[in-house]
Amino acid sequence: MDVPARNTRQEGQVWDRLARVADPELDEPITDMGFVERVAIVGREAVEVDFRLPTYWCSPNFAFLMADGIRREVGSLPWVRRVRVRLHDHMFAERVNNGVNEAQDFADIFRELSDGDDLDAVRAKFEEKAFQRRQECLIEALVAEGFPASGIVAMTLADLDAHAFADTAAAAQKPRYRALLLELGLAWGSDDLAFRRYDGSAITEAGFAEHMAALRAVRINMEFNGALCRGLQGTRYKEVDRSGKEPELVDFILGRVPPRADRPGQTMTN
Amino acid sequence: MYKTPDGKEIFVIDGHIHFWDGSPENQANIHGKQFIECFYAYHTALSPKEQLWEKSKFEKYSEDDLYRDLFIDGPDDMAIIQTTVLSDFYKTGFGCIQRATDMAARAKDRFIVNGSFDPRDGEKALEYIHFMKETYDITGVKMYTAEWNGASKGWRLDDPQAYRCFELCEKLGIKNIHVHKGPTIIPLNKDAFDVHDVDHAATDFQGLNWIVEHCGLPRLDDFCWIAVQETNVYGGLAVALPFIHGRPRYFAEVIAELLFWVGEDKILFGSDYAIWTPQWLVDKFWNFELPEDIKQERGVDLTPEIKEKILGLNAAKLYNIDIEAKRKAFAQSPVQIAAE
Repeated sequence: MDVPARNTRQEGQVWDRLARVADPELDEPITDMGFVERVAIVGREAVEVDFRLPTYWCSPNFAFLMADGIRREVGSLPWVRRVRVRLHDHMFAERVNNGVNEAQDFADIFRELSDGDDLDAVRAKFEEKAFQRRQECLIEALVAEGFPASGIVAMTLADLDAHAFADTAAAAQKPRYRALLLELGLAWGSDDLAFRRYDGSAITEAGFAEHMAALRAVRINMEFNGALCRGLQGTRYKEVDRSGKEPELVDFILGRVPPRADRPGQTMTN
Repeated sequence: MYKTPDGKEIFVIDGHIHFWDGSPENQANIHGKQFIECFYAYHTALSPKEQLWEKSKFEKYSEDDLYRDLFIDGPDDMAIIQTTVLSDFYKTGFGCIQRATDMAARAKDRFIVNGSFDPRDGEKALEYIHFMKETYDITGVKMYTAEWNGASKGWRLDDPQAYRCFELCEKLGIKNIHVHKGPTIIPLNKDAFDVHDVDHAATDFQGLNWIVEHCGLPRLDDFCWIAVQETNVYGGLAVALPFIHGRPRYFAEVIAELLFWVGEDKILFGSDYAIWTPQWLVDKFWNFELPEDIKQERGVDLTPEIKEKILGLNAAKLYNIDIEAKRKAFAQSPVQIAAE
């Protein structure tokens, strides 16, 4: 195989892995959020990934989790020997980059920047929110389809597997919810309940409304972040509207028209 | 004054505005540059297209701009100016009490200028609170717990130093403590806008009113929980309200949660000017109705009476504003700016 073709294939594999890394605060893939700026294959076995976040002020623990996720996911490709991750335009870019590229101990830097919390504790916190948001999406779709609470709380994994969601958001969330459900050990076999609380307790018909209110609160918070992040990301990096329309006056006012290549890629040093 | 489609006149108190200087000339460092850029991104992300400003105007707008946007083109009768100093980021401060007071001099009776202090300054903070009371007769302050101060990248409302300041505020009659609890932009602390410190401070200072700006979003559930427990905790709608344009259903969910937990008497309108302008916000808010399914689910409604409370009556109670007297006075002295 010639070099360009091999590079293209390898790059495709890297992007597939990157799609498995989610923004912890939003539970949305960083590739969907437009955070990944550049992927490059160096030689045959080294990968460089550049990413950036919606604001200079985004919490460093989120940046760390994403940088770490990128390193682990890309590093799990069989042909990858080295991964170099670089965060741009963030107030802690240099620290994050040092940590993730092992110039300094990653866990130490993380603890320092997150008031002593360790990476696993923070990861677990966001895992719970991700689980709740995915679950709410599926249950809301079932409610909309006319399923009663009694039917939903009794649904098994087999029932869920057999159910085809008409709602596109729920259809997209179903495999993500299922994967997390199994990963967390909340369901093992096809007879196990499809919907439980994160702590493993069962949801009763009587407690259904309260459970859904709690899930809604989680989603409201996450959606707030998601909407802001998308808006801020679009504004900060002055992206050209990809909907195919010509730029409008507003795009010129906002300076959206110059391409991304004009953007200085330097990192902040402090 | 907002005139409803059926001719009713609604008294509008804008609970959260700024008069800032974020211009490059005033930026002390990269953080100052990034801070105003972040604000600008909020402006562009959530405003209707026809309401967008150019960056240079956004960085530093004039007194006339403010008077026009609030009182002439906009429906505000009164506005509460929040001071946000950010002295580590801006040479002469970002939003300063003196500059705001000078700006407000033309129509003093339309403004409430709130102060700000940093408890980490220790004795100096206490002296400064005295100074603000004597010089500006402040009745409220804006607290920004994520503000940097030398090596510190944030503080908590229940820090002992902060308590000494709040004791003094209570003694001097500075009763309204606005607290910025908003989106997760750092400073260094993992989450300097965590809302739990409000719970402690509000319990320990029952004589003060705690107005949580941005309703703690994205920690709305934590905020709601605290607001239910504490009778002296209020929610400011700044940042939540602009979602009414791009994501009305989302706004409906947020306001329904607030109505359910916090209640119609404890929610305050705020435009967060100049991030957003009040004209379109108030117009959309007045014409907004909760979707039927959300009404059912939460058992709440957003009636015209409730909207009127949120737009002005609730803030009037906190700041002892006699609305009828103000109406009469303003009718005789409308805001004017020189022709351009």
